[in-house]
Amino acid sequence: MSLVSLKGIGRAWPVALSGLMPAVAMADELNAADTAWILTSTVLVLFMTIPGLSLFYGGLVRSKNVLSVLMQCFAITCMVSILWLVFVYGLAFGDGGALNAWVGGFDKVMLGGVGRDSLVGTIPESVFSMFQMTFAIITPALIIGAFAERMKFSAMMLFSALWLIVVYAPVTHWVWGGGWLGELGLLDFAGGTVVHVNAGVAALVAALVLGPRRGFGSVQMAPHNLTMTVAGAAMLWVGWFGFNAGSALASNGDAGMAMLVTHISAAAGSLAWMCMEWLRHGKPSVLGIVTGMVAGLGTITPASGFVGPAGALIIGISAGVICYFATAYVKQTLKIDDSLDVFPVHGVGGMLGTLLAGVFVASLGGAGLAEGMTMGGQVWIQFIGVISTLVYSGVMSWIILMLVDKLVGLRVNADQETEGLDIVLHDETGYNL
Amino acid sequence: MKLITAIIKPFKLDDVREALSEIGVQGITVTEVKGFGRQKGHTELYRGAEYVVDFLPKVKLEIGIGADKVEAVIDAISRAANTGKIGDGKIFVSALEQTIRIRTGETGPDAL
Repeated sequence: MSLVSLKGIGRAWPVALSGLMPAVAMADELNAADTAWILTSTVLVLFMTIPGLSLFYGGLVRSKNVLSVLMQCFAITCMVSILWLVFVYGLAFGDGGALNAWVGGFDKVMLGGVGRDSLVGTIPESVFSMFQMTFAIITPALIIGAFAERMKFSAMMLFSALWLIVVYAPVTHWVWGGGWLGELGLLDFAGGTVVHVNAGVAALVAALVLGPRRGFGSVQMAPHNLTMTVAGAAMLWVGWFGFNAGSALASNGDAGMAMLVTHISAAAGSLAWMCMEWLRHGKPSVLGIVTGMVAGLGTITPASGFVGPAGALIIGISAGVICYFATAYVKQTLKIDDSLDVFPVHGVGGMLGTLLAGVFVASLGGAGLAEGMTMGGQVWIQFIGVISTLVYSGVMSWIILMLVDKLVGLRVNADQETEGLDIVLHDETGYNL
Repeated sequence: MKLITAIIKPFKLDDVREALSEIGVQGITVTEVKGFGRQKGHTELYRGAEYVVDFLPKVKLEIGIGADKVEAVIDAISRAANTGKIGDGKIFVSALEQTIRIRTGETGPDAL
């Protein structure tokens, strides 16, 4: 399997096409409309991390740590881009030879072979690689929400680099790069397993390994600027159209439907979370409605190319309700300081969406199952996809964190944490008013 | 001379200023402050994390006034700032030893 990928095509009819892919890749010609849309989508997905996620997360921490969060998002963006060029693209989408079920290879080191004429499907491979790079950027950036306000910058950089190589690249290969989950027929249109379960579980493990922030549960840790958070959330919503509709890798009906269902789920998730708070606490909160939006978007992600609008409505509502309870459970019952709620929103949403993709692909206006597949069979495959990502990401993230702790130490000391990471790690303050 | 210090609800500031103008008060100093009394604070909820906020925003007025106008000022503030609900605030009256108008050097009641 040379040009693996063919993300959209491979995922829409994974079983039928898996054997034909090289031939398809040869036969395809460049399509200008597809290329234009994926160029646009790439911009949108990068826009999700910088500035979208950066502002979303930046507003949620205390003012003494705002720069540390913005810095982490920015530095991850730069570092992942270089690693992607050097060898990680090949590790995710290259040919792994005998190990191809598990991981790509080193055939695309320094993006070797990615020239002006090489195609993936109907788009230039340069565009495909760049589009996928923006996914590789946002996934480790999502994780930083779990260890916000207490992790050393050096440790964060080392962890993110190792996690990209050891966890993100292989899991991406499993699902989209010609690996075993794609072959099995897992439906993950835009990254329920690859991005959201993967990052969510890593976040939970990181929160457990680092331990809570000093004073968690007793000290006031309210978000310092919800205006910033709402602005970032709105950018995420817009950028997500590139994420999901772009994952069709074409400018076609799949992309259009993906955009529609993405929007429906975001709106439904927002309202569902808002109503849960309104019912249970008496007031609808701003942070609640935007968190419900992220839950709705994360949950529709794996299903976005497969389900219809009615399915999306149910997915969005269940995302808002279930992620709401998951957030309260992690924080209040388990007392885990996943500081910006990465696991209950992205992890739980990713699992829920991956499973529901198997249900609503086959009902309520979904795209339909592969030939010979039953709904139960598909949901079982979805379950395998979720569990394998969960276990692999959980175990490997834990090992990487242990290693990084040995090498440079994970946390700043208590004094530094109290003073705030901005001044301690960066010699700057976010606000000089 | 007396110094009147009043702590009121922020949204009552305009009403109080008007009431004071009507009785001929020529100047007041306003500060945004935080504090608590019987009203205590309130709780804020962020994704299930509950924080008790002890201090509520209030507005503090300071008015230097001749002793003869004290009752009128107290009456004006009391009427204008009253909502009948907990948290309406307080008025403190204290002796004022001296007043100096910086521009002219006038002292005492003439400087008020």
